[in-house]
Amino acid sequence: MPIGGIIIEPGNSKNYKTGSWRTFRPITDLKRCIHCMQCWVICPDDAIAVKNNKRIETDLDFCKGCGLCAEICPVKCIEMKKESEFNCNKKIKNKKM
Amino acid sequence: MVNLKELAKQESKISSGHRMCPGCGAAINARMFMMGTKHPVVVANATGCIEVSTTVYPYTSWKVPWIHNAFENAAATISGVVSAYDVLKRKGKIKKEIKFIAFGGDGGTYDIGLQSLSGAAERGHNFLYVCYNNEAYMNTGMQRSSATPYGASTKTDPLGNKRQGKQEFSKDLTKIMVAHNIPYVAQTSISHYNDLIEKATKAFEIKGPKFINSLSPCTAGWGIKENDSLKVARLAVETCFWPLYEVENGKYKISYDPGDKKKPVKEFLKVQKRFSHIINDKKAIKKIQENIDKNWQDLKKLEKCDF
Repeated sequence: MPIGGIIIEPGNSKNYKTGSWRTFRPITDLKRCIHCMQCWVICPDDAIAVKNNKRIETDLDFCKGCGLCAEICPVKCIEMKKESEFNCNKKIKNKKM
Repeated sequence: MVNLKELAKQESKISSGHRMCPGCGAAINARMFMMGTKHPVVVANATGCIEVSTTVYPYTSWKVPWIHNAFENAAATISGVVSAYDVLKRKGKIKKEIKFIAFGGDGGTYDIGLQSLSGAAERGHNFLYVCYNNEAYMNTGMQRSSATPYGASTKTDPLGNKRQGKQEFSKDLTKIMVAHNIPYVAQTSISHYNDLIEKATKAFEIKGPKFINSLSPCTAGWGIKENDSLKVARLAVETCFWPLYEVENGKYKISYDPGDKKKPVKEFLKVQKRFSHIINDKKAIKKIQENIDKNWQDLKKLEKCDF
């Protein structure tokens, strides 16, 4: 931490992973996805990653599981599943400042 | 129509990891409004949900210059920044085109920040003020504000024998801002992202003070499910509880007219816990419906007026 406690890195909250808040996990069927980007525009947490104009998997480090993406999806290819169904739940560790 | 694929190529100006609630409308508003311009932006923020949850020390979610001063003076702060920028630009020290935006909640805009907003609008600084309206002081625990609608129960309007929720209608801040004779005033909602981003883009291009009032459902305060914020915001528009319109140089234009499909207000009220006590109260529902119908008719008349 620099003297004066100033924050020198813009947008450093990406070091704080909010994925552990989630009770429901969005599972996207990318084969059916039409890449309309409506989920990207509505996601409050900016957790929907876009690469080369295509929507790729949701960034589970930040997704809080609100389910708005599943709500807005025109082809209904996003399904919200209970987080407890996933045993391989890796622990999210926050970087110490 | 907004081209989402083109927008998705830009880097978001607010980063992940902020601590707004899941499904928060304010976070969606903040993201969408900053998509409206490709120029660099400077943000001033009134105290409120966005301010406290994006800047939990030692983190910040902002990738743009951001200032927080006090609850009441977001508009005054940004007008100082705009003036400084104007001087530096005149002297040739800055050549870039920079856009200025102030975010305030309904508490920081309708009540506490109204004097500084009014002053900044009157002085004519070149900035956009966005009020993300969640209809109460949600950050401190749902106390009533002057944006809280009739009948809603809040912490300071509890349910009792004498009073059932708030007994006054909310004030119409959008029309108050129209009365300032500023070049652009609009009302929008997160459920209509096309409308919202188009209005933001339009506002950024106009010179002078601009004001946009955007409905921002609060999952905790309104008593709705996390994935319902879009649905509720859409119902608010479709019942004409929250009509979408814009006023450009005094000329009203309705952006979305449900026409015959205008739904009764009960559909909007029944999905929210804050109205659960009046849902069977026919008198209260009638009062709200009459008020909405009157406002909607007034708005239609204003649209036809040629000033």
